[in-house]
Amino acid sequence: MNSSAEINIEYVARLARLALTATEQAKLSQQLGDILHYVDKLKQVEVAGIEPMAHGLPVFNVWAADVVVAGLSVEEALRNAPEQRADSIVVPKVVE
Amino acid sequence: MNYEAVIGLEVHVQLKTASKMFTRVAAGYGAPPNTLTDPVVLALPGALPVLNKEALDKIIKAGLMLGCTIAPVCKWDRKNYFYPDSPKNYQISQYDQPICLAGSVEIELPGEARNIMGEHKQIPLTRIHLEEDVGKLTHEVHDSLVDYNRAGTPLMEIVSEPAMHSAEEAFAFLTSLRMTMVQGGISDCDMEKGQLRCDANISIRPIGQTQLGVKVELKNLNSISYVRDGIALEIRRQTAVLTAGGSIVQETRQYDGEAGTSVAMRSKEMAHDYRYFPDPDLLPVQVDAAWRATIQATIPELPYARQRRFITQYQLPYTITAVLVPERALADFFEEVVRLCAHPQAVANWLVNDLRRELAAGGIALAVSKLRPAHIAALVNLVEQGEISMTAAKEVFNDMFQTGEAPAVIVMQKNLKQSTDSGALEHWVQAAIVANPKAVAEFLAGKEQAINAVKGAVMKASQGKANPRLVDELVRRQLLAGKS
Amino acid sequence: MLAAKSISASELMQAFVARTTAVEGRVHAFNSRDEVGALGLAAASDARRAAGQARGPLDGIPIGFKDVIAVEGQPLTASSKMLANFISPYDATVTTKLKAAGAIPWGRLNLDEFAMGSSTENSAFGATANPWDLTRVPGGSSGGSAAAVAAGEMPVALGSDTGGSIRQPAAFCGLVGLKPTYGLVSRYGLAAFASSLDQIGTLTRTVGDAAQLLQVVAGHDSRDSTSLSTVIPDYSAALQKKSRPWRIGVPKEFFGPGLDAEIGAAVQQALAFYRSAGAEIREVSLPLTAEYAIAVYYLIATAEASSNLARYDGIRYGHRTRVATGAISIYAQSRAEGFGEEVKRRIILGTHVLSSGYYDAYYLRAQKVRTLIRGEFMRVFQDCDVMLSPTTPTAAFKLGEKSSDPLAMYLNDIYTIGVNLAGLPGISLPCGFTAGGLPIGLQIIGQPFGEAEMLTIAHTYEQGHSWHTKYPNL
Repeated sequence: MNSSAEINIEYVARLARLALTATEQAKLSQQLGDILHYVDKLKQVEVAGIEPMAHGLPVFNVWAADVVVAGLSVEEALRNAPEQRADSIVVPKVVE
Repeated sequence: MNYEAVIGLEVHVQLKTASKMFTRVAAGYGAPPNTLTDPVVLALPGALPVLNKEALDKIIKAGLMLGCTIAPVCKWDRKNYFYPDSPKNYQISQYDQPICLAGSVEIELPGEARNIMGEHKQIPLTRIHLEEDVGKLTHEVHDSLVDYNRAGTPLMEIVSEPAMHSAEEAFAFLTSLRMTMVQGGISDCDMEKGQLRCDANISIRPIGQTQLGVKVELKNLNSISYVRDGIALEIRRQTAVLTAGGSIVQETRQYDGEAGTSVAMRSKEMAHDYRYFPDPDLLPVQVDAAWRATIQATIPELPYARQRRFITQYQLPYTITAVLVPERALADFFEEVVRLCAHPQAVANWLVNDLRRELAAGGIALAVSKLRPAHIAALVNLVEQGEISMTAAKEVFNDMFQTGEAPAVIVMQKNLKQSTDSGALEHWVQAAIVANPKAVAEFLAGKEQAINAVKGAVMKASQGKANPRLVDELVRRQLLAGKS
Repeated sequence: MLAAKSISASELMQAFVARTTAVEGRVHAFNSRDEVGALGLAAASDARRAAGQARGPLDGIPIGFKDVIAVEGQPLTASSKMLANFISPYDATVTTKLKAAGAIPWGRLNLDEFAMGSSTENSAFGATANPWDLTRVPGGSSGGSAAAVAAGEMPVALGSDTGGSIRQPAAFCGLVGLKPTYGLVSRYGLAAFASSLDQIGTLTRTVGDAAQLLQVVAGHDSRDSTSLSTVIPDYSAALQKKSRPWRIGVPKEFFGPGLDAEIGAAVQQALAFYRSAGAEIREVSLPLTAEYAIAVYYLIATAEASSNLARYDGIRYGHRTRVATGAISIYAQSRAEGFGEEVKRRIILGTHVLSSGYYDAYYLRAQKVRTLIRGEFMRVFQDCDVMLSPTTPTAAFKLGEKSSDPLAMYLNDIYTIGVNLAGLPGISLPCGFTAGGLPIGLQIIGQPFGEAEMLTIAHTYEQGHSWHTKYPNL
């Protein structure tokens, strides 16, 4: 965790799909650097053999029976769409 | 230099459930765009996922059928990436604790001839996990349209070990896997509907080398023959590159089945960094022995095991079993018939030839056909007991296929019963011997086939109703009696 | 009051509409409201009551919704430009339950964008003011909910609490703020910030109101996998019960440097009250929580948030840029335009801590320390019924005072965050005022699903004091 206080803002912003200006990047680098430096204190804690707590409570096997419940109408589904055509959401042409 | 191909497959299979993986809106194919959505499918603010129990049951069943270890605890992870067909911009999947581990798929390679069983082998699996399908993008001239009907459909990802070495093996793998999944009721595996999709990882290496070569991921193998042809093409391409002194680039290629070509896909801006982490909205699943046993009890016999049993237990020829077994309904029907009738070969012939032909001609599924196992059993018994001739039996079959009437009734109504009245027969036999002196002489001189002319004359006189075995017996007895 | 027919639901609703019209310009608690719809529902409630079909104590009562809880046909903005025009096509489970109980959804209340903040200054629609001092923050992120109730614009409101987002604004605005046990109230229909920490809770004037509201919204929901099947006791009835002398734990670390002296003194007086009421006061210790909870919280909450907020991309709904047209740039540009600074900061931090090469050091380690922190709380609860502490280290601060220093803002959540990490219930209730006239909050931390006892203990204090009867001069 020696270099953990560093953050590659450009790389992370691209992963997070956030366009940041150079000014924003500089400011965030500094602020997040401070925060990461602060959280570095966690490396003082002995965690060997400790299970990570991924959930609020240790419960298993929560599910529902496979019984169909009515969903949204097309109108409801597309009501908030920025752009739609032919009952579909329109997006810029995607090339994989 | 001679090269060996190393192939691993990643197969996605949609599970046959009524509702989606993480919400209870209907799942299905072919509905008008965006009619199978709800707040969860569309990832509206506040929507939360809830597991589909049936999907869990089905993947456990798939795992047990393929001999996997069912993990005592598995969990759900988020795979984070942005794409318009992924409403949450993360896919709920299983990363480091999948529900099924190891296992294998038994495959059959082509035999030396059509009527000879080919070599069987087990292709080991790495894992099977459960995730959700994405929506569908349609590319138009200037933009793309998104339909989220498919989004959230339960999707099982089956990952094989890199343990196949030819396109034929990959083809056999997929054929066997599909047969198994369909017979288990786990998926309909209709590739045209996208219910079964396959990507292949392919590399080649000089024979004898243990280290793997650079692998290429081949996508868009959307029919079983594309899987075979696409992989064969890729092996040829890599071999040509290496033979020409070049080197293989690690890349993803898109197969074009119609053109029979493949092209490299545009390389990604950066390597994927999916930031997997446990989904806090979903709790882990524990599968105990009782649950496993409940599912185990629903598992049908595996197709290749059943085929081997049919060959040994019923003395069926390989070619007949190769038609019978891949269709579970037909094979089940067969076993129901032979429970009522002790002539499995005759039964199998009726099913594989006559029944399949009529079903295909009428476009009828066996399940809804009027013909029930008792019909076939009764028909075969009538033939075997000499009650009706084979010619009459064909007529009875066609009638009962159309009407569902019992064979005995048809035989009676149409007066198709073979004559076994020995008085009449004796008379016809005498007449036939008298009318065919030349054939009689030849037979008595040792020409065996000559007897057929006499028997034919008897059959003709009986209008086909005489029992052929009885006729044969009487003709011989009388001819030999005359001789002595 | 409504049951006694001393006032009709319509008269009550009209009174809140009038009060809101009078003060809202100064407080700015609402993002939107539907007066016509609310008055219509009030008339329907009166009709039910007249027909003898009233649905219980909440029938005809106006309830405010933090603008992250879905109400069908109403806006849900999360105080973000990203969702400025979003209309929810469905009800949250709590909304369904409240509607069934006859309650009237009254307005969408301001918050820190996507519940990220402690001051309600991070709102795309402007900050909310503290009714006790309009130059100060109401706290956050449920600042709109707290300010609206404190200003008398509504009797009760729903908020959400991820690291103190109900309790801290309740403390700053002189209210009762209840954060239930994780899993007691369905999160279905709550726009997620950090899924393993978020809970919907209540902001009310009294503990009794909190009990009545919790009674309606608590309970298992098949649409939320993390909602637990547990027997829901009668919370209001529990308030009247005399239980055995309580054992109250006082975490010594929560009284250390950084705690405002006036607040410390007020909490000590509350402890003296409980001691005189027969309670046993025990000093307890939560060293890991005091030292590491904030670090753990900011790693886990931002990691979950970075993924939870990925859905806001301007594709199916939400703000879509007019600038970019490329398949990838449209995401980055829409999100850059739609999200505010604090949200971007947390998304970047959360993305970083989950990214390749950092996961084990940050996220996984934070989850392990979280296990230790929960264990620490549960060990203390072996000898205590509840714990008691200040809710915040300081009273409401000035608007703009801390908005330039994110870390200082984060450290303000020191006493409330551990409760979320451990999944426990917590309540803040008024326990005095500073010399400057600002409310002070007392926090009681309960055992898992120990809401009844926690509320009873809070109610006992409230019965012995009159802080909850004070109103701000507006």
